Amino acid sequence: MSKPENEQKPLTGNFRADGQPLSLAEYEKTGGYEALRKALQSMSPKEVMEEVKASNLRGRGGAGFPTGQKWSFVPSGEGNPGPKYVVANADEMEPGTFKDRILMENSPHMLIEGMALAAYATGAQEAYIFLRGEYVRSGKALERALGEAYEKNYMGKNIFGQKTAFNLEMRIHMSAGRYMCGEETGLLNSLEGKRAIPRAKPPYPQVTGFLGKPTVVNNVETLCNVPHIIRNGAAWFKGLSRSQDGGTKIYGVSGRVKRPGAWELPMGATIREIFEGHAGGMQDGYKFRGLIPGGASTEFLIEEHLDLPMDFDSLQKAGSRMGTGTMIILDDRTCPVGMQISLQSFFARESCGWCTPCREGLPWIVKTLNSIEDGSGEMEDIDLLLEQARLLAPGHTFCALAPGAAEPLSSGVRYFREDYERHVKERRCPWGNF
Amino acid sequence: MLSDQERAELEKGLAHYEKKKTGCIEALRMVQKFRGWISDECLKDIAQYLDMTPDELDNTATFYSAIYRRPVGRHVISICDSVSCYTVGYRDLLKHISGRLRIKPGETTDDGRFTLLPAACLGVCENAPAIMIDEDVHTGLEPPEKVDPILERYK
Repeated sequence: MSKPENEQKPLTGNFRADGQPLSLAEYEKTGGYEALRKALQSMSPKEVMEEVKASNLRGRGGAGFPTGQKWSFVPSGEGNPGPKYVVANADEMEPGTFKDRILMENSPHMLIEGMALAAYATGAQEAYIFLRGEYVRSGKALERALGEAYEKNYMGKNIFGQKTAFNLEMRIHMSAGRYMCGEETGLLNSLEGKRAIPRAKPPYPQVTGFLGKPTVVNNVETLCNVPHIIRNGAAWFKGLSRSQDGGTKIYGVSGRVKRPGAWELPMGATIREIFEGHAGGMQDGYKFRGLIPGGASTEFLIEEHLDLPMDFDSLQKAGSRMGTGTMIILDDRTCPVGMQISLQSFFARESCGWCTPCREGLPWIVKTLNSIEDGSGEMEDIDLLLEQARLLAPGHTFCALAPGAAEPLSSGVRYFREDYERHVKERRCPWGNF
Repeated sequence: MLSDQERAELEKGLAHYEKKKTGCIEALRMVQKFRGWISDECLKDIAQYLDMTPDELDNTATFYSAIYRRPVGRHVISICDSVSCYTVGYRDLLKHISGRLRIKPGETTDDGRFTLLPAACLGVCENAPAIMIDEDVHTGLEPPEKVDPILERYK
């Protein structure tokens, strides 16, 4: 029996056409809160965790860590009464990424229900939504939804009645900026009222997190998948996908394409399907040169990669990463050096300054790129960029920010080296940027 | 001195924290809403309220881009300079706004009406290029002249 169309798009299939957030009543009509009811009334926390593990759900914030496994590191049992915390990482600030905003603006209860299930599975009684400050609309939608949930006793003490004995307090923290807040230990420092600098790992947040207590931090899209897994089962979830990883994925395209946007598709849809099929390919008068597949901190891909499936393992094999799954297109009328300056300036500005390679290296890279762009660069500068990228690789820095910056840098130089060289030879930007 | 209204908001907003200073970023945001920015004097008052030293609070305050430690205009324009906007007209938009208001990023107009600040990706990449004015996001600003009637709405 084939499933109704909206079940193939569990995350986005029930959105209102007018872009307004689903109210609690509307959300319930689409099966909302059935999963939480089912879990609290007929499943043990361990069973919830096992179901998520079996679903092959991997973290949608970019790193792709198996979600059920992440939860399982939280100490459980009688000797570990808490307090424990669940935090939704809603600090969506990866350049080119807008998928979590779409989920929160349209279906805020889905995130709330997912967080409640994560809290039940891990034994947490407090939860925070760490929301980036610019997401004012998401904040309003979530605030209203949270109010509705409290009013109906879907949040608070004894959720769904005395029998469940499950208590959960949920709050929204509006952030005050800085990309570093998206790094999970930086996020926890920020939530504690400190500078968002990364913490040494181990200990991992699941053991020592918010205020030193066990804490699970999950991305918004990750958490939004959880109610569907619990309601329909791990096997159903795996069946949605075309790859090893379970579920659907919200893919996005921005840049000079005909229809920039986001679409929920089976995990493992190919780049071509997304970029040409859904985004309509390039706008008239523009030619495709390359793309970054999943936000600013992923490696460039080119024409020959277009038939790759967009999933964690396939893109890793091709030397890139799926990241957030929202791709940015480089067209022939945009200078590849200029685009690189935009990318590296972002990372340089957002570096928290905690470790030297990142704090000193990134501004140096921007300076080098600027001199190439304005025509005063030398050929050696191009190799210097590659050397800098090498020095920012994993293992040289405290967190993943600088290694993330190195990904588009080394691949950008590799694929568009001729364009970098033209700047030096012609002593100007061939695209007229200077 | 914190006003009664500011104090009341802080009491309500930070009630759930065991130590008030855990909520210091919220506290800065709440007071900034009333005053537009956080002066040294104001920072001292908030620090005292939170049982922190002013230096300790400033250490946090100066880290965050949305906490203004210098005066800003009546309206803050944050222009997204990240990669998606870059590929679809950010440079022309910046030039246009800068030229029209005669300010560079980081500056405030002489009449105190606008401050222009660079911003990281605003998360509306499907409708780039984008800016945010105060709490409103404005998208699809290509050609850049589209921003003119929008600016007129902020007096």
